[in-house]
Amino acid sequence: MPKDNGIGASLKRREDVRFLTGTGNYTDDISVHRQLYVHFLRSDVANGTINGIDTAAASAMSGVVRIFTGADFEGVGSIPCGWQVTDRHGEVMKEPAHPVLAQGKVRHVGDPIAAVVANSLEEARNAAEAIDLDIHELPAAVDMRKALEEGAPLVHDELGDNLCYDWGFVEENREAVDEAIKNAAHVTTLELVNNRLVANPMEPRVAVGDFNRATGDSTLYTTSQNPHVIRLLMGAFVLGIPEHKLRVVAPDVGGGFGTKIFHYAEEAFCTFAAKALNRPVKWTASRSEAFMSDAHGRDHVTKIELALDADNNFVALRTATLANMGAYLSTFAPSVPTWLHGTLMAGNYKTPLIYVNVKAVFTNTVPVDAYRGAGRPEATYQLERVVDKAARELGVDPVALRRQNFITEFPYATPVAVEYDTGDYNATMDTLETMIDRDGFAARRAASEAKGKLRGLGINCYIEACGIAPSNLVGQLGARAGLYESATVRVNATGGLVVMTGSHSHGQGHETVFPQVIAEMIGLDESMVEIVHGDTANSPMGMGTYGSRSLAVGGSAMVRATEKIINKTKKIAAHLMEAAEADIELKDGQFSVAGTDKSVAWGDVCLAAYVPHNYPLEDIEPGLEETAFYDPSNFTYPAGAYSCEVEVDPETGKVTIESFAAADDFGNVVNPMIVEGQVHGGLGQGIGQALLENCAYDENGQLLSASYMDYAMPRASDLPLFKVDHSNGTPCTHNPLGVKGCGEAGAIGSPPAVVNAVVDALQSAGKNVLHIDMPLTPARVWDAMNG
Amino acid sequence: MTKVTMTVNGASVSGEAAGNTLLVEFLREELRLTGTHVGCDTSQCGACSVHVDGKLVKSCTMFAAEADGTDVITIEGEAAEDGTLSTVQQAFQDHHGLQCGFCTPGMVMAATALLKENPKPSEAEVRHYLEGNICRCTGYHNIVKSIMAASGQNVEPMAAE
Repeated sequence: MPKDNGIGASLKRREDVRFLTGTGNYTDDISVHRQLYVHFLRSDVANGTINGIDTAAASAMSGVVRIFTGADFEGVGSIPCGWQVTDRHGEVMKEPAHPVLAQGKVRHVGDPIAAVVANSLEEARNAAEAIDLDIHELPAAVDMRKALEEGAPLVHDELGDNLCYDWGFVEENREAVDEAIKNAAHVTTLELVNNRLVANPMEPRVAVGDFNRATGDSTLYTTSQNPHVIRLLMGAFVLGIPEHKLRVVAPDVGGGFGTKIFHYAEEAFCTFAAKALNRPVKWTASRSEAFMSDAHGRDHVTKIELALDADNNFVALRTATLANMGAYLSTFAPSVPTWLHGTLMAGNYKTPLIYVNVKAVFTNTVPVDAYRGAGRPEATYQLERVVDKAARELGVDPVALRRQNFITEFPYATPVAVEYDTGDYNATMDTLETMIDRDGFAARRAASEAKGKLRGLGINCYIEACGIAPSNLVGQLGARAGLYESATVRVNATGGLVVMTGSHSHGQGHETVFPQVIAEMIGLDESMVEIVHGDTANSPMGMGTYGSRSLAVGGSAMVRATEKIINKTKKIAAHLMEAAEADIELKDGQFSVAGTDKSVAWGDVCLAAYVPHNYPLEDIEPGLEETAFYDPSNFTYPAGAYSCEVEVDPETGKVTIESFAAADDFGNVVNPMIVEGQVHGGLGQGIGQALLENCAYDENGQLLSASYMDYAMPRASDLPLFKVDHSNGTPCTHNPLGVKGCGEAGAIGSPPAVVNAVVDALQSAGKNVLHIDMPLTPARVWDAMNG
Repeated sequence: MTKVTMTVNGASVSGEAAGNTLLVEFLREELRLTGTHVGCDTSQCGACSVHVDGKLVKSCTMFAAEADGTDVITIEGEAAEDGTLSTVQQAFQDHHGLQCGFCTPGMVMAATALLKENPKPSEAEVRHYLEGNICRCTGYHNIVKSIMAASGQNVEPMAAE
């Protein structure tokens, strides 16, 4: 029988009630008394010199309070980058300044030039149209290959070229990899594009800055996945506000998917302007503004070569990637194509020699940074596509080829510097093959062919790394932050608990899941536990939620703090029952003395801590509140096997997903319902990438896809029902819950499954198509078939 | 500015609206009914869906002045007086039909309208009806399941495993 409480229960989400009744509190729902509105005038050219900004007429217009330009931000810090990559020549990456408002040059369509603050949004917009801009448009660097050519237009003149870094990993392996590839029995080569995407959380970004002149305190309400990180980056590096005078609140946040990790210029602007004007200043992005200012994702161009011996064992892997950084370095952008990508290139396979080269390129486009999976989807896509192609070239079953090369012994140290703690790749593949009735595929293909359609089956594996850590290691790799998490557990006098976590929920369900863990540990009903997050004023310094880290890192911090609470309550219980502390047991919310019938309830012990009349005051302090910071000793490594079955209409090239199955190993699972929901969502985004989504620029750097009219978001009718399984969990060995993280898996594992399936369908019709770049629109598929 | 009067969630309300004020702006800014959300600027996402005189309407496609004299139901008007969730709302909670919650008000309003028109929709009919509502979190699986469950149909075969 399923559990109805604690770890393993599919508890319904408590946060749902407010979201279902329209009583959530998203940032745009916040209006501060006397607030002003800001509208940003943004560049409509990709590259240009600002010769002049005449704001005189606009400033005189109705309702305008003040118009800010880049000149107002001289002396204010640059928007910082949180990760410094050192390249294969020992050079640190090039790191250009990123002003809050453009200074001297505009570098992408959407780059903010001026900010009009007015009494109403309409007045701000109208005045922005009256600003007289004199911008000299320059040729733009858009295509990455061309941007690296001699004489290409420069994104940042002072850098001399558009190369941010030239990273090699593992550099010491390079010659050995080259040699192995030269001598291999078979080499499969594939060139591919990992298409540029826009994360598109349904809630656009919003910032409300407020300032209290009496106290000197600044407050920023913002749509962030990590309010403490924003407080640190903006306070310390941009505006020079010490953390105790700056509060950052990220209330209900309508989805993030990575793009709400980063510190953005609009946040700094609203905080700065609120102080300058002594009035609250609010900004709400329109969707088209979001398309040209939210950090984009992916955008890699890759050549991958897989070398095999005569027995089809993988012997070496070499990849070369161009990674788009856009016009400025967003918060974690340099880490995505390097440490979040190169370290995963072993995948699920025991390839002994691997070399990864990544050239990061500045272009006159919106900055590119982490988007759901961040580097790991790019690694998985190229690897699982090249393995599939190798199987086709060698005439072997693609699943058999994978199984033959699976890592089967753990812990396993890969040649790309990471150590997988646990996993069972054959188990997830076995489950997958059962889920999809692989034996019945031939009959299904025949049925499709009978009605004039092609049918294809794509199967692949994935591995990801979650909960990136430990801090001292990531520091060596260039992170300018720690990657621990924190929790304060406060027990009230009547026994209820409040957990203040540095993690942040923007759809993941922390408010439901975290209490399940504490309920299990103490033996209480989960309704006794409340979760507080999203406000730097009431939670300890935390790093927030991304990279599927909340439960593995934030949950572990909560477990550690709760363990401290339990240790202290045992001391109190021992005192109350006049027993030795070592004999105290805690079960179902009752303390008992082993081997006796003595017991005292949880609530009585908590009350004693706050009304310490009969209490060991000489040994322990009154009160019951503990904080823990947890810094993991390793990443976690979720893995699995995915399958996609498609029908292709040969007349039109249209691809229809007939079925999709995912067999995942997430380690232990706290709330299966929520885990399945996370996988569904990831699959939706991954299939969206494979079939529909593409962020397109023309050769002049004009953004062609800047609304839902021209960026194809997956709709309900584009996606199937999913089959998902997480029964093969191999618990993580180095965190107290044995959890691995499930937020990104779906988006990582699904794109290659779709492409593998479509190639399989086309091959079944005798078409010599070995690859099609995503998204697999009808036009691209038709062209591939008829090209 | 003109005075606009309408019934919202059963109560008569009036307020000042400029000629170009959208219904969604009137609901959110003037009436402070912030459950109706704005997710795009091209009438594609459906986060602002409400019912006007019993019909499903994207409130970004209608001026407040056009809604003068109409009967408007927003997400805040869906649960019972005592807070009991509507059948559709309850099904969304029971089947995990929401994650971040931002598209959810529009989804609930769309689903409620669908079931009024078509009390026992097929899976394909549900997906087709949701064409104007975008969700980025759920992959739609559990939204479809929630709506099918709210219609009283057996959703056991749609279990994830």
